[in-house]
Amino acid sequence: MIDIGLGHYLTLGAVIFSIGIIGIFLNRKNIIVILMSIELILLAVNINLVSFSIYLGDLSGQVFTLFILTVAAAEAAIGLAIIVVYFRNSGTIRVEEIDKLKG
Amino acid sequence: MENLQLVLPEIFLSLSIMFLLILGVFKKNSSRLVQSLSLAVLIVTAVITFNETIGINETKLFNNSIIIDYLSSLMKIITLLAAFLVLIISSNYLKTFQIFKIEYPILILSSVLGMMVMINSNDLIVFYMGLELQSLALYVLATFNRDEIKSSEAGLKYFVLSALSSGLLLYGCSLIYGFTGSTNFNVIADQLNSNEYALTFGIVFILVGLAFKISAVPFHMWAPDVYEGSPTSVTLFFTMVPKIAALTVFIRFLYVPFLNLIDQWQMILIFLSIASMLFGAIAAIGQTNLKRLVAYSSIGHVGYALAGVAAGTNDGIQSSVIYITIYILMNLGLFSCLLMLKRDNNYYEKIDDLSGLSKNHPMLALSLLIILFSLAGIPPLAGFFAKFYVFKAVIEQSMYFLAIVGLLSTVVAAFYYLRLIKIMYFDEQKEKYDTDHGFWLKFSLTASTLLILIYFIFPSQLIEVVSRINII
Repeated sequence: MIDIGLGHYLTLGAVIFSIGIIGIFLNRKNIIVILMSIELILLAVNINLVSFSIYLGDLSGQVFTLFILTVAAAEAAIGLAIIVVYFRNSGTIRVEEIDKLKG
Repeated sequence: MENLQLVLPEIFLSLSIMFLLILGVFKKNSSRLVQSLSLAVLIVTAVITFNETIGINETKLFNNSIIIDYLSSLMKIITLLAAFLVLIISSNYLKTFQIFKIEYPILILSSVLGMMVMINSNDLIVFYMGLELQSLALYVLATFNRDEIKSSEAGLKYFVLSALSSGLLLYGCSLIYGFTGSTNFNVIADQLNSNEYALTFGIVFILVGLAFKISAVPFHMWAPDVYEGSPTSVTLFFTMVPKIAALTVFIRFLYVPFLNLIDQWQMILIFLSIASMLFGAIAAIGQTNLKRLVAYSSIGHVGYALAGVAAGTNDGIQSSVIYITIYILMNLGLFSCLLMLKRDNNYYEKIDDLSGLSKNHPMLALSLLIILFSLAGIPPLAGFFAKFYVFKAVIEQSMYFLAIVGLLSTVVAAFYYLRLIKIMYFDEQKEKYDTDHGFWLKFSLTASTLLILIYFIFPSQLIEVVSRINII
């Protein structure tokens, strides 16, 4: 049996964080996937904070996590609302077709 | 018991926001009333801030998570006044597009509240909450003209990139917390040592997140699109108000928790500054849309403000505060001109629409000429002094390369400002624009032009105001 320690949790956090970042930049199809990637990034941060908090025996990391969870919910709500508004105007949410502004 | 008097501005502002929201919902057709009350709230908050906090020594509240000192009070007052001016000159524009709704002033108030919390923060959690309150309101403001595809696209792009930058910033915060054991800025400052690689990572992530918010190169890609797509009054808000808060947070982060690692972040900051100055100058040359041009010019100006922060001295910080103040003033004038380019309920924002402006509207063209000269940094206008103070602070620290690149990019930037002047004065004239502008629009244009013009008579006043900023 291996003991699961801080390093493993941090690696997990780093991996999820990288998946989130890559998901934003490689995704060419759908904006909803970008929203999911943003959630992944925030969850990776939460894993980091909670594991640090346990490791240090200090509660403020877990408090920070609760704040991040709340803000993530608000952010997702506003993000979905903006996507709905955009979809009404353009009829598509494909990432490649969001190109009215450039120059 | 904490001294709640010191956070009275924030308490008053948040209570007013809730009251105005309820008033707007229950009273029909109250957008005009909510607008005037919001203006009053901004002024009252500024007065309270001035009375309660400007004279006191550095005080920390709520387990050291909030700091009230001269820098925070001054920046809060500048933020509130800038928001007041933006709100008061945008009403005609909003009415033209039929988006003069109660939500607009309330969203502006909420984002201002977020900025005030950011400016006050002395703790990662408080800072993050302020930042998010600010950004969430700004996403909605960018999308405010919701039947317009450009506006909703601007909001979408701003949302995605800003949420990404918040994520990066948070990841940095989590690393800093883990390796120093606290979220408090002062404790972090004591615990930092440069031997930990993870801390360097944390600082880099936080700087990347902040650079996104202040739109410094290479994290500027959202700015031109968002500035072009948003309603002009919101663009005005974007170019002025969040920059103040972001600059304060930059100063606070670098000079309180990260001060011991100055060797590591100074190089990053110099790079950000040089890249922003050069990119802002060069990329603006080929633009045809005025709002896009302003976006690139604001990227360049942020570079100059960051040069002052990079100097690592009190003089440098003071010079960048002066820079951002004068920049806000010039931007106010520029956008007042832009809001005057209106004919038959249509606003014009192409560079061609300026052609021959001097024949039809000599006074408007003259004001724009003065503002553009000032933006280009031509003496004796205010913009010259702003750049002068920054370069002086930078050269005193023997950072000659930064100063030389800054001066060279000023020369490049002068090209596109002068091109606008040439188009205004020497190109063929077009149809006349409307002249029945509101009082406040005329007032803000006149006042900003006059202040820019006569700044050189009393430069010591502004220097005196910022000279009490003492961080290091």
